[in-house]
Amino acid sequence: SLAGFGNLMQDVLWCFSQVKGTIDIGVTEADIISTVEFNHTGELLATGDKGGRVVIFQREQESKNQPHRRGEYNVYSTFQSHEPEFDYLKSLEIEEKINKIRWLPQQNAAYFLLSTNDKTVKLWKVSERDKRPEGYNLKDEDGRLRDPSMITTLRVPVLRPMDLMVEATPRRVFANAHTYHINSISVNSDYETYMSADDLRINLWHFEITNQSFNIVDIKPANMEELTEVITAAEFHPHHCNTFVYSSSKGTIRLCDMRTSALCDRHAKFFEEPEDPSNRSFFSEIISSISDVKFSHSGRYIMTRDYLTVKVWDLNMENRPIETYQVHDYLRSKLCSLYENDCIFDKFECVWNGSDSVIMTGSYNNFFRMFDRNTKRDVTLEASRENSKPRAILKPRKVCVGGKRRKDEISVDSLDFSKKILHTAWHPSENIIAVAATNNLYIFQDKVN
Amino acid sequence: MAALLGTGTRAEETEQEKQDVQEKEAVTLERAEEAKLKAKYPNLGQKPGGSDFLMKRLQKGQKYFDSGDYNMAKAKMKNKQLPSAGPDKNLVTGDHIPTPQDLPQRKSSLVTSKLAG
Repeated sequence: SLAGFGNLMQDVLWCFSQVKGTIDIGVTEADIISTVEFNHTGELLATGDKGGRVVIFQREQESKNQPHRRGEYNVYSTFQSHEPEFDYLKSLEIEEKINKIRWLPQQNAAYFLLSTNDKTVKLWKVSERDKRPEGYNLKDEDGRLRDPSMITTLRVPVLRPMDLMVEATPRRVFANAHTYHINSISVNSDYETYMSADDLRINLWHFEITNQSFNIVDIKPANMEELTEVITAAEFHPHHCNTFVYSSSKGTIRLCDMRTSALCDRHAKFFEEPEDPSNRSFFSEIISSISDVKFSHSGRYIMTRDYLTVKVWDLNMENRPIETYQVHDYLRSKLCSLYENDCIFDKFECVWNGSDSVIMTGSYNNFFRMFDRNTKRDVTLEASRENSKPRAILKPRKVCVGGKRRKDEISVDSLDFSKKILHTAWHPSENIIAVAATNNLYIFQDKVN
Repeated sequence: MAALLGTGTRAEETEQEKQDVQEKEAVTLERAEEAKLKAKYPNLGQKPGGSDFLMKRLQKGQKYFDSGDYNMAKAKMKNKQLPSAGPDKNLVTGDHIPTPQDLPQRKSSLVTSKLAG
């Protein structure tokens, strides 16, 4: 029952399902969630945090006894993906914060994901072990070596069931290919290659090869004083393995075709919304910087997020977006203070639902917004412990922009700008969403009748 | 396009007008905020707000330490203590020579994530 399929007239009612994490008075920085991603079936949900750790949740099998508990997510595996480093040659401190996690499609019993910090991408294998060999000849069950002179019989070890153990092992480390800070990774639809993008360059990797990568985009100017824009996000087309897009700090998107040349410095398409130069202010460029770009599942559209809006672009129309949604336009009159407290540089992400009919992005005060592209209706919801009774329906929230504030509205000046929803994820085929609120992960589902 | 003038529907025209009005309002708000900012920081560069933050973004994580300066300063001071960094350890200016003690201790978090609790 996906919004957009069938019942267009029926609004989806979102309910609280689960919350992970603790209620701390002060948030430990390491616990701040920095990325959230469902795998391709939605069975697994991964989070990365500032402390370099990855936690993977698995959806439990639905039980006929408890149909209203539609598959809760429980911890499946957790591991330390990246550690802090110091590059002594460049006097550069390298954070262990996980910038992005991307899953590979499942091809065997094991699960594979890519996780990256600012400099290094790692391929992790997550696999289950539920049997172990018992009855070794040369060592006892504790692993201690037996005295060979005491062994009088020979036996064949047999595999016996054991408690399920989930192991995560780093299978590949893709290092030393980025001078600048990695902001995106994207798995190609060929499942053999992937790209990593930093502020000025994009590299193409083969999963099997860690000591080489191809540079496919390089926008570094010969003279750094001439630098005017940086790459902010990049993604491969979901079906065409030769096509990818990257967004810039100037609010533009370039679509590139790897068949045309080895170095894709010349774009095949250039998406930019025209702006009247007389309308520019000091803030124009900063708020136009695109913080996220995502292809629709269909591959026909791209969605971009800048500071105040989400835009949907048709790949066939470069001169303007086909849809623009205001996320929190009331912040326009607060840009001065948002610049002073650096919030204007916050990088919000955006996501599509499985049918590409609804888009979602975060805001401040732990609010997040959904826009239905068909009905043109939008809703503001809140991730908060106050609305965390099981299956409690989330009440739409409203920000009062002046004039008389109604009882359940909140005024712009009361918004908590330290509570930012930067990262969200939408299950690939169901109405289940994961919302990262600083150090807590909320899971919401649509109401089951 | 000239041939189409006058054939557009009234609805389309008012939609475009509405958009223009919204844009003008937005610009007015932004300019007011810009004036506020410039009143607080008169030395704010004439460049648009973009360029400074681009360079800051590229230099993220950069720590400055010169072993030559450090050793010479140590020699000069002989047995006296080197001035340590003030409250803002990231601000390295003037006579202050960064010391190894200034580098924040980076230890990996061996603690399991609380999400897995």
